[in-house]
Parts: sequence; C-alpha cells; structure tokens
Amino acid sequence: MRGNADAHELIAPGSLAGVLELIAGAPGEWTPIAGGTEIMVAHAAGRLREKKLVSLWGLGELRFIEVSGDSIAIGAGTTFRDLRSNGAVQIDAPLLAKAATWIGSIANQSRATIGGNLVNGSPAADSSPALLVYDAEVELISIRGKRRIPYSSFHTGYKRNAMAADELLYAVRVPLRFERHKQYLRKVGTRRAMAISKVALAGTALLEGEAVREIRIAAASLAPFPTRLYQTEGTLQGRPLGSIAIREAQDALLEEAKPIDDIRSTAAYRSRVAANLLGEFLNELLAAEAHR
Amino acid sequence: MSTSEKTRIVGTAVPRKEGVDKLLGRARYLDDIEREGMWHGATVRSAIPRGLIRAIGFDRRIDWSEFTVVTVADIPGRNHIQLINADQPVLADGMVNHCEEAIVLLAHADKHKLREAVDAVNVEYEPLKPVLTIEESERQDTIVWGADNVLKSFLLEKGDVDAAWAEAAHILEGEYRTGAQEHLYIENNGVIAERNEESGITVWGSLQCPYYVHKSLLAVLDLQEDKVRVIQTETGGAFGGKEDYPSTLASHAALLAMKSGHVVKMTYDRMEDLAATTKRHPSRVRHKTALDGDGKLLAMDIEVATDGGAYTTLSSTVLSRATLHSPGPYVCPNVRVSSKAWATNTVPYGAFRGFGAPQAIFAVERHMDEIAAVIGMDPVELRRRNFLHDGDTTATEQVMREPVILDKLLDRALAESDYYERRKRFAQENPTSSVKRGLGIAAFYHGAGFTGSGERYLNSLAGIDVTPDGKVRVLVANTEFGQGTNTILSQIAAESIGIEYDDVEMAPVDTNVVPNSGPTVASRTTMVVGKLIERASLQLVGILRVRAGLKGDFTRKEFFAACERLRDQDGEVVSLCRYEAPEGIFWDDQMYRGEAYPAFAWSVQVAQVAVDMTTYSAEVEEFWSVQEVGRVLHPVLAGGQIEGGIAQGIGYALYEKVVWKDGRMANNQMTNYIMPTAEDVPQIHVFFEEIPCRFGGCGAKGIGELPHDGPAPAILNGIRDAIGVGFNAIPLLPEDLFAQLATQELKAEVAAL
Amino acid sequence: MSERLIPSNPSISFVVNGEKRTVNAPGMKRLLDVLREDLHLTGTKEGCGEGECGSCSVRMNGELVNSCLVPALQAEGATIETVEGLGEAGALHPIQKAFLECGGAQCGICTPGMLMATAQLLAVNPHPTIGEIREGLAGNLCRCTGFKRIFDSVIAVAAGEMNAEMEHGTGGAHAG
Repeated sequence: MRGNADAHELIAPGSLAGVLELIAGAPGEWTPIAGGTEIMVAHAAGRLREKKLVSLWGLGELRFIEVSGDSIAIGAGTTFRDLRSNGAVQIDAPLLAKAATWIGSIANQSRATIGGNLVNGSPAADSSPALLVYDAEVELISIRGKRRIPYSSFHTGYKRNAMAADELLYAVRVPLRFERHKQYLRKVGTRRAMAISKVALAGTALLEGEAVREIRIAAASLAPFPTRLYQTEGTLQGRPLGSIAIREAQDALLEEAKPIDDIRSTAAYRSRVAANLLGEFLNELLAAEAHR
Repeated sequence: MSTSEKTRIVGTAVPRKEGVDKLLGRARYLDDIEREGMWHGATVRSAIPRGLIRAIGFDRRIDWSEFTVVTVADIPGRNHIQLINADQPVLADGMVNHCEEAIVLLAHADKHKLREAVDAVNVEYEPLKPVLTIEESERQDTIVWGADNVLKSFLLEKGDVDAAWAEAAHILEGEYRTGAQEHLYIENNGVIAERNEESGITVWGSLQCPYYVHKSLLAVLDLQEDKVRVIQTETGGAFGGKEDYPSTLASHAALLAMKSGHVVKMTYDRMEDLAATTKRHPSRVRHKTALDGDGKLLAMDIEVATDGGAYTTLSSTVLSRATLHSPGPYVCPNVRVSSKAWATNTVPYGAFRGFGAPQAIFAVERHMDEIAAVIGMDPVELRRRNFLHDGDTTATEQVMREPVILDKLLDRALAESDYYERRKRFAQENPTSSVKRGLGIAAFYHGAGFTGSGERYLNSLAGIDVTPDGKVRVLVANTEFGQGTNTILSQIAAESIGIEYDDVEMAPVDTNVVPNSGPTVASRTTMVVGKLIERASLQLVGILRVRAGLKGDFTRKEFFAACERLRDQDGEVVSLCRYEAPEGIFWDDQMYRGEAYPAFAWSVQVAQVAVDMTTYSAEVEEFWSVQEVGRVLHPVLAGGQIEGGIAQGIGYALYEKVVWKDGRMANNQMTNYIMPTAEDVPQIHVFFEEIPCRFGGCGAKGIGELPHDGPAPAILNGIRDAIGVGFNAIPLLPEDLFAQLATQELKAEVAAL
Repeated sequence: MSERLIPSNPSISFVVNGEKRTVNAPGMKRLLDVLREDLHLTGTKEGCGEGECGSCSVRMNGELVNSCLVPALQAEGATIETVEGLGEAGALHPIQKAFLECGGAQCGICTPGMLMATAQLLAVNPHPTIGEIREGLAGNLCRCTGFKRIFDSVIAVAAGEMNAEMEHGTGGAHAG
C-alpha cells in the first residue's frame, strides 16, 4: 500500500444537494469517488494526486433505473450488478446488460458504477461502445440545474470530458427505439474474465430489404476515447449489404481507426481485429436477412 | 515396508494436515504477524540496468535521524548471497548490474514516512551499456560477467553426431524460444527479523528452504551457526520463487534489525515483487535432427541457451536440467547437447517449477511435431517409434533399469481424449468454422530429485521424535506451501509405524528444532525425505522392539507406552536417518555421463485447443494428463499437483508475458501480468499409472514439477493441428499469432482448410 | 514531510460477523486495512492491492466486494462478513467442509476470499451450473489448484445443501 490515507480527506455530505453545493463552492477542489474501483487502485499505487475526495457512494438520488415513455434513465451511481440484473435493461438495452457482465469480476461489478466508468474516460471503457450505438444522452447536474448532451459529445479528448468544474454526471438515458435493430457487441480482452479491453466493437443496425437504413458502429480502444466510427458507417448507409460492401466497410474502418501500441496490445492487432469484428457483425446481419 | 503391500493411510485422501486453520482464516502468514514496537523496512533500488554509482544523496526534506539507513558499508560479513557462485551482492557496491538491484535499505516505524524516504534517496549513476538479451550477450562485445558473459556451460556427447548426417534420410532444424515467467504466488515475499543479543538473529519468513537462508545469513552477518535462527511461516505459494530469493530479503531485514535494534518487517507489495524478484529463465533452443527412412532418430544436435540475468543464482543447475531433458524421452544413438547460460543486465532469474525442463521439453516436443509434418508421419507414430523402453540408454548412457511405460501412457492418453475421433471431427468442422480446433500431444519425463550426486552432497538428515503427550512429530526442514508436505510426511510416518494419521504432527520448521533435511525443491520431498521418514519410523519401531518391550502386532497405545519406556532410559525419544544413495547410481560431472537421476517420472499430455480466427486467440478447451509417478500417496493432493501444474503451464504457453522496457518489467501489476482465471482454465482430466519406486518414500517418485513440463508444447502442437501453422515461441499471445499469420500471408489458405 | 490536511479520523461503525464495531480511521483507509489492523481480523488477505486477485474479498451488505478498493468511510453502517464469521473449529461451515474434503485449498492464501466468493455465489444462486461457478469465482485467483478442485468443492456443497446434512467422508467421489 503506497498511498497514505492520512494525506487525503474523504467526506460524505450524504445528499446529492450537499455534494453539488460543495463542489460549486470550490470548483475542481473535490474529486468525486463512487465505487472507487479506479481511484483506490491509484491510491494503493501511491499515485492518487487528488487530496480531497467527496463520496457519492450510497446516494439513492444517483442510483436508479427508470423506464419512462421513450427512454431508460440510469442514474450515474448505478452499479454494473444493478444493470446486468435489471429486466428492463436486459430487454431494452441488451448490449448494456451484456457489457455490465464484462466489468472486472463479480466483486468489481458490485462497486463499479456506470458514472464512474464514463467519467474515468478510459478509451477502453466497457459501457461506452454500447451507449454510443444506442445514441445515449448524458445528463449533467450542478447547483445551476441539469443539462443534457449526446453521449457522443461527452468525451472531448484523452481522459477529458465536457463537464464544467462544478458538474456531476447525473444520469445516462438510453432511448427505447432499438427494439427492431439488430444488435452486436463483442469485447476482446486478455482473458475471459477480469480483462481490460484490447478492442471492442458495438453495432446497431436496421435493414430494409438488404439495404442498410440505419447503422451505428462504435469502438473502444481505436481512438483516444470511445467513439463512433462515422466514416465506416458512411460506407454502409443506404447501401445493400453484400460481401463487397462489407469488405469496403472493413477497409474504411482500417483507415478510420487510430489505435496505439501499448502495454496490452498492438495497433496492428487492434485494427485488424476490429475489422474482423465488423465483418462478423455485418455477416450476421446478412445471414439474419437471408433467413427472413 | 514392501511397496506392494496394502496400505491403510498412504493412498487415501486424509484431510490436509493444516487444512482446518487455512479454511478458518486462522493460518498465520508472514504479514499477519505484528510485533510490539515493530519497524518496517524498505529498499532503494537501481533505476538503470547497468552503471556505476557515482553518489548517493539523501534529500534534506527528510529527517534522516529518525531512520535506520543501511548501505554496503554496514555489512559485517561478506556481501554475497551464498548459493552456487557467491557472485550476487546483498547490496550494490559501487556498481549496479540490473534494474531493481538493491542499493540502500531503510527502516522506520511508520510505513508512510518510509515510503517518502525511499523516494528521497537520490542515486547518481554513470550509466554503462547494458546487455539485455541472449543474442547481445553472445556477441560478447560488451562483457558484463566474468571474462565472457558465460555463467555456465555444459557439453553432453554420446556417439558421433557429426558422422550421422551423411546417413540421414531426413535432416531437420528448428529454433524454439520461451519467455520469462513469473511465479505469481498470491502471497508476496516477506520476512521479519529480530536481533537478539544472546542468540544473534532470528528471521521468520515465507520461504521454501530455511537452511539456505541460514547459510546465507551466517556469511553476511559473520555469525556462528547457533546464533542464527530461521523459522518458516505459513507460506502462500512458492513454486521455486521462494527458493533463493528469501536469502536476499532475509539478509536485508537482518541488517536493518541489527543496526536499528528493532524488530523489522520487510514485505513486498505486488509491484515490487513482480519487478524485483526472480523469474523463470528465458531460453532459446536449437535442434538439428537426423532421422532414417523409418522415422527413427539417428542424431540430435542441440544447442541450449538460457538468459541467467545479472548473477549466477541457480542458472547452472537450471541449465543442467535443461541439458539433460533436451533430448526428450527418446532413444537416439548420437546426441550432442551444448548449453550455455548467458549473463544479461536483467533481474537475475531463478528456480521455477520445472527448472529448465519446461524450456527444453517445449523445444523437443514442438520439434517432434515439426519433424512429423515434414516427413509426413503421424506425430503419435513418430514418438512411438522412438520412445525409450526398459533397458534402453539415455543421452547420458543411463540404462533404464526401472520400467518405462511410455507406450501405455500414450495409449491411455489417446483413449481418454478420444484423440483420433476428435481430430477427424475437427478436420470436418474446421473449414466452415471461424473457430478452428485441434489436438496436440507431448511426451516427457522429469528426473526426480537432484541431478547425479546432488543428494549425496546435500547429505540430508531427517526423522521423527515422540512427545510426552503422545504425538509423533516429523522433524524435517521441508516446507509446506500448498503442495502437501505436511500431509504426505505425516501419512508416511503413520503408515510406517502403524499408528493413526492424527497421532502425527509436524514439528515447526525452525532451524533450532529440525535437522537439515535439504531444500524443498526438485520434486524431492516425498521421494527422498519421505524415504528418510519411512526409514526413521521403522528404525524407531525396531529400537522399541529391542529395548522397550514392544511386541508383535502392537496397538497404538502399546506403541506410545513403549516410547515412554524408552524415554525413561534415554531421556528422549528420537529417531533420525541420513540419506543413503541408492546402489548403482554413478554420475560423472566432468563427462556429463551416467545415472543423471535415480528415478524418472513419466507423462503424456493431450491438449484440445480452439483458435478463434476472428480474434486470433487460442484457448485450451480440454486437457488430459496421464502420468507415472510411482505410488500415489494421496489421490486428492496428487491430482491437485497435476491440475495446478497444468494451469501454470497453460499460462506459460498462452497468457503470461513479461513485458520488458529497457531492462525493467513494465507490466508489474496483476492487471497487466495475465494468468488464467476460473473462466479460462479448461476441464482437466488426470490419470495415474502406478509403479511403486524402490527408492522413494512409500514407493513415490517426484510429482510437483512434472505437470508443468508438457502443456506448452502440447498446446502449440494443438494449434498446429488446428490451423496448420507451427509457432515456435511462447508465450503465444493473439498479437503474436496474428503477426506471424499476417507475415506468412496464410489467411487465405487457412480459410480454405 | 507529508502534507497533513484537517486531521480527520472519523468514527466509523459497521457490523462485522454479527458484531457492531467502531473504529477511528481516516476515511481513505482501505477497509482491508481496517479489518486487518484495527480489528485484527487477519483472515482477509492482500495479494495485489488492485482488485485483481480477490484474496481481499468480503461480503458487504450482501454483495461481494474487494475490500482493498473500499474506503473505510464508505463502509459506515454496513454489514460485513469475513471468513472469520463463516465457521469455527469443530463447527466448519459446509463450504469449509467441502473445500477440506475435496482439496479446494492448497497453500490457503486465496482461500478466505474464495470462500467468501463461494458464499456469495450460493447465496444468490444455490444451484449454480459449472459456467455460473466459473463466473462467480473468476475474480478470485488461485495459483495452486488450477481451480478444478475448487469447482468440485462448490458443486459438493451445493449438492449437500439439498440434503439434510453432509456426511464427513474421505474424499469419496471427489478424490483422484
């Protein structure tokens, strides 16, 4: 244990309003900590620079899953265990439920929150690709009120996001309009469990006959933050799906992807595997169409 | 005791001797121990792989008067760990030869102040050009050890290899590489040291070999034998990683304890343990092989190179075992093995389960499959035609006088795995599947115990005593670290005497209490030390019969009563025995010829692998292991050893990669050093064929290391079967598989399989 | 010298193995360290400090957590179960009995965490499939066993819970 517990202060105002007031009064001074599955690792490694922390754990106002007319709202303090075991999420946002089962281990899933996953902003974040292909929105909150932005605008750079210094991530909203879409999500890690993602691909698609009416493709670890692959989507939009289109989409992905070599994997591997995953998704679409 | 007799306790699944404490969470591992007024110790380590130390600065932001600071100047005795060569310093003396080399030791009561202090010691270096790979060391344009960078070399010759090429129908060459592997015991290294004016120094530690530590401390601290006491604490895994390293850690803690006057605890966290302690030797093995038209081996010319790291540690014995295992379990009239351990400026490598055999066996068993592919023979048949049998001689001219049942093991492995049927099915399914499946085999032996005259040199002493409250105590310096030492030796004592398992307990592994029965390594404990316990038990019964009136088929009550009568006469009840070499075991260290090992364990393993061509990931789906290890003394423990060794072997082959950056382990966190989880391990099937061994305790031979020898080649052979491409380096990660395929541009051909 | 902020060792109370305990500790002290150092419950182990090995697993409010990743302040008011609360000498919990008989523990360092993960798994899913067992224990690394006999142990105790009492055997069907 290289961190010094005495060198940090952790407080728990006990209510969302209390937290918002605190961080409004001293913007940037207090670092929120929810389940701690990232922050406590840095702490143990002696690398936790943030001295003042405010606990979000146990705030009921942040931990909810609510279905309303056209969307599911998921509080930022919702754990991955909550997500994977929730019936509405399983039915209406199955990719998210699937991603939740991949987080760490059972013990990590009890503590890791979707808010923490997004705010931590790793390019390998497990919940991000699914949220991107669901056109999710994020809701930010401060004492000034709430605002919503598309999740695709949330990440602005490597580990940087669009939140103001006095804002917290309040909720994620997944629109309930993907029931008829074909959905795909696959993560490639170092092993079957407790694996940081080397690359992951998510997709939602709606075909009309053989033509692609809607397609969304998102990836982890192909850019400094999780991102939609707009150019790749562009090669497919409105086209009939066939082996040539699939090949061209894969080539577009290889162009668009900008992965790096790091301690876990290589750029060449990430690109090639992402292209393979895309091929797998598109061939599944084709096969599903053929069997109608 | 005849090895064919029916046994009451040996051969049954008695409860693990220390099992209840472990399950209750009451077992006390080193870090569970707190001592009043205890201080903590920490190490300042080299940031560079090679260089001169120009200055050591102590930043003024720290009040150093609060700390105990130890440098090389504080070492009372010799600044060297006593192992094979005394070339590894306890603390760097003016020069560093690897990253993480210990330079300065600090102690303080407060762990956090200690942490800050470590960061406040500024070492100024004059960097020197480091040597970081075998190839760089071989070039010998930078000499970093001795006169030529060669830590050790061997030459083993049988027949006339050079003459054989002319007669060969086939000649095949191959090069095989294995990477470093980390033990990843779940309990990190740790010791506690306490200075005691009367008795010198006492060290408690998570360790395998208390007398190795004892020997090192005598030299480092310049103390007499009775002034040093070493006690093993409950040890959470070792696998060879706590064979020699604890001597360094104990020396460090002892130096701090001596200088500070306080009890000092030194534990490593995972990051430090991964970066700074020993690992398995990386290797490069080259084969050039001649065969006749029937696929029979005519000649094997083998070159073995290991990376020993910066100091010798155990590199010579690892190299020895690699040399002796490199020709495989085959008959070959002409063999040459020339082997060298090369020094590099990396953290010294050490013992790890298998000890050179996994490296050597990976090479020869992969090579056999490559040969089979080229000459168009079934790899199973190729092995059959060349297996050793009773009466054959090995590469060292050792005659196989004990039964060799490789054919039987192979037949059983093929039957249990339904080998041919599965392969037929996969051949049909693979062409239209993105997941390609295959089966691979490996056949191998593992020499049990120390090589040649090693046991004679150890001259182990072990035995039993009896306490006044009616317990037989096993007196050994051999340690339990999960493999079952306590249970097995208790079984042997109970069986050999004729009392109950619960009548026997283990004496604490404390150099003040137990004799030096040798290290807990080399799969020797059950076979060699077990034999001593067996003999000592029989010896005691014999003495009781002669001098204490023990008669006929005695009951346990009668036995203990007789013990008390002996105690009245002698004041104690003790029976010790010293090692006796089996007859007819002669080993010539110079010529590298003769009986390399008194006994061999044999195995054939089969791996079913699945290669996902979308992600280039290979996984082991199912695994079969058939082995002959003498008599199986405890079915659950024996099975557990095989399964655990296989899991580590799977990690060695497919998951466990040490990533190096400028001579330092860059992935020194469990997040990034990947071992298989419960979701990754395949179903493992284990089968024993039993042929009791005359030399071994109750007929047992060594078992612990054997299972780690086979998985890597079996798995890579399975991958070759699945996708038709041979990979010759491990660990084989998906990125490596992809890179090689991309290079070979075989994807189209694979898709058409 | 280290910067010391408002010296703050708040009083933190929680229930451990059925007993209410109160400690004064910095909010960012790890629950693992509170258990081991303040409460002297050393059954829970540290293997990695990163939440990767699971040897620090405990049950908190009916969920499995890695105690090395829980700041003490967040354990306020929690109900915590550690290995010390599972069974006693002479009265082993059925899970402990099964591990003993089936060879689920070798060196024992992963065992406390493995037992708690098993307890959690069976609390949520009394009759897990082998796939569910693998997933339930995937966060607990064991370097000794290769997991096989851990699986056997869990299957045994799950089967035993269907019967009235599990008889002490000598390994029986699970040996060899």
